[in-house]
Amino acid sequence: MGELDETTSVSYQPADKSKINKLWKIALILAVVTAIEFAFALILPRGPLLYFTFIALTIVKAFYIVAEFMHLKGEVKTLIWSIMIPLVFVIWLIIALLAEASSIGALKF
Amino acid sequence: MATTTTGAEEVKQKNVWNGGVAPLKASYGKLMMWFFLLSDAFTFSALLISYGLIRYSYPAFYGETSNFEFSQEYWPIPEKVFEAVPFLHGIELPLVFVGLMTFILILSSVTMVLAVEAGHRMDRKDVVKWMLWTIIGGFTFLGCQAWEWSHFIHGTDAGGLMPDGSVFFGANLMQNQYGPPLFASLFFFITGFHGFHVFSGVVLNVIIFYQASVGTLERRGHYEMVEKVGLYWHFVDLVWVFVFTFFYLI
Repeated sequence: MGELDETTSVSYQPADKSKINKLWKIALILAVVTAIEFAFALILPRGPLLYFTFIALTIVKAFYIVAEFMHLKGEVKTLIWSIMIPLVFVIWLIIALLAEASSIGALKF
Repeated sequence: MATTTTGAEEVKQKNVWNGGVAPLKASYGKLMMWFFLLSDAFTFSALLISYGLIRYSYPAFYGETSNFEFSQEYWPIPEKVFEAVPFLHGIELPLVFVGLMTFILILSSVTMVLAVEAGHRMDRKDVVKWMLWTIIGGFTFLGCQAWEWSHFIHGTDAGGLMPDGSVFFGANLMQNQYGPPLFASLFFFITGFHGFHVFSGVVLNVIIFYQASVGTLERRGHYEMVEKVGLYWHFVDLVWVFVFTFFYLI
């Protein structure tokens, strides 16, 4: 087995304070970004610029969750790409369905 | 083994895809969890992009947000729909409650990652402690969502004018005081599908919490199950981040 073992068995180790502080720091970043989104929603006028800002901030949050909390950053490159590359289908679906939507809207209303 | 290795076998062993090694440096279970989550990401993308398609094809409300009124003619502005908070009846607090729900889910994500970290250290007491906090966070979120659904279904005091001239309160799959009926249908499907994920995540967390507390995982020699349900739990948080943006903010 060796390399195929799920994790190597280790005995109890005391907590590493710096590691735990880093996790709380990421949580703080996520909370602050959410608070910024919340404030923007109430203060700024609605429009494409605000929507673009929301989407950008969402991607920032998604990056921290996937890279740090799900620890994808620490996996091997092949695994990272086999998760990330299939997501181009999502981008394709966004483009396809939004183009469809403007056409449906023009026909219906 | 090493003494009898021939040249051909050596070449075979160096090729990472010929078996006997883990080229992705992850166990089977963890790998399959990642690919399941990828497929789940496609499902949620399809739901949210369908929301985008339907919303974009409907007329939008033009004018000042403060002048907005519910109408069947155009898509509602979400911050005007989701403005109620428990125990504060009649006070307009746009997005406060969903903001709170987002904080709760982020917090339960942190406690989950702390449980995973404790698992790496074989610290049974900490794993149990942080799993318990994660379960509490999950139940709190579900409770908030139940309240929000209940408020959405029962509606506001004023209700909304239907195309036939009657006044309707709240929403179901056929009628909706807040705007076009599809808005309510999408609300039920998207937040409902996410809520079901949260629920199954809490169930998985309870099972792993039990296994950790009775020592099953310690006897197994590793806490990888905590890591696997952790991946699922973080994914549920990730989806909520997108639902929050595309359903409640935009």
